[in-house]
Amino acid sequence: MNIAVLSGKGGTGKTTVSVNLALALNANYIDADVEEPNGFLFLEPQIYKVKDVLVEYPIIDKDKCTLCGECVRVCQFNALAKAKEEIVLFQKLCHSCGACQISCKFGAIEYSNREIGKIEKGKYKNIGCSRGILNVGEPMAVPVIKELLRDLTCKVNVIDCPPGTSCNVINVLRYADVAVLVTEPSEFGLHDLKMAVELVKTFKIPFGIVINKDDGGENIIKVYCKKEGIKIIGLIPYEREIAFMYSKGKILYEDVKYKELFDELASRLKEELKWN
Amino acid sequence: MMMKIAISSVGSSMDSMLDVRFGRCKYFQIHDTDSGKVKVIENKGQLSGGGAGIAAAQQLINERIDIIITGSLGPNAFELINKAGIKAYKCEAMPINIVLEKFKNSKLEEIKVAGKAHHGM
Repeated sequence: MNIAVLSGKGGTGKTTVSVNLALALNANYIDADVEEPNGFLFLEPQIYKVKDVLVEYPIIDKDKCTLCGECVRVCQFNALAKAKEEIVLFQKLCHSCGACQISCKFGAIEYSNREIGKIEKGKYKNIGCSRGILNVGEPMAVPVIKELLRDLTCKVNVIDCPPGTSCNVINVLRYADVAVLVTEPSEFGLHDLKMAVELVKTFKIPFGIVINKDDGGENIIKVYCKKEGIKIIGLIPYEREIAFMYSKGKILYEDVKYKELFDELASRLKEELKWN
Repeated sequence: MMMKIAISSVGSSMDSMLDVRFGRCKYFQIHDTDSGKVKVIENKGQLSGGGAGIAAAQQLINERIDIIITGSLGPNAFELINKAGIKAYKCEAMPINIVLEKFKNSKLEEIKVAGKAHHGM
């Protein structure tokens, strides 16, 4: 059972919800926001395993290369180009698809590996924690996300998604059985929530909404959810104390005042999304 | 000496404006200084998901261009045209006929360092 926590808009509280929900469900916490994984700031797990994430890239043997340019022609990502006397590789654009090697009639292309990030695995109390980390300056997060999610256990996993609705999020949703969409009652929050809803619907998985920074009254998110018939499964109040605890890296679930909030969210999630 | 000059442009006529973006410009106007002929090509880079500057530069290499006039070049396009032995000159947005005039009078500065990546997005 994989629960994806996403938002559309960044900074709405994905990590807050993911970390506390994982604790409430006694589930694994998986940080797939590999460009800026920050869940470990709260959980501070004991790391027991670190693994490199490698991607393949072509190496061109200049003695065998005839400069025919076929590899350049087949590359869909503009990672190869032909200058006067050489084939030029732009490593960071390569998607490791292998087309250049297949197309080379002269056997001039071999593949080699390079590291673009890491996977860390650890434990916090009873729960397993893992995260992907993309190296600074690397543009492609998907290989790290795939590596991270490839060996998920069949236990309950709460997956903290990257923000937005890009390839990075889509590659998490491919593994998700249910989705929790975190939003806030602001115009930006609503705008990006609509995009996230549209995306999740294409996966045909059950989903519910958590409103963070809820003002207690009627707001644009509640109006939208009512109109669209989307379930609101949790409300996190707009409180200074929550922001303060967050800024200190403290876990809300471990404060009696907020524990109940996430226990309730966990049971609403099970109930509303018809999952036991 | 015969030269082929490619200028990034928003349109296909002599009074169209130069486009300061290289990888994401709509057209390249190719002016042949010898014959005075003009060939206008659509920039294949403008629609690519990534590596627009590389695609644009490759297209100009294939057209056997000697000189590029544009606003700036990103790191990848800069590396590629350097390796292909093409020189690039910097110009602001202005009509193409004035750009050519400036180039002929040596009023344009050569681009010797790459600009920022993703500047034309």
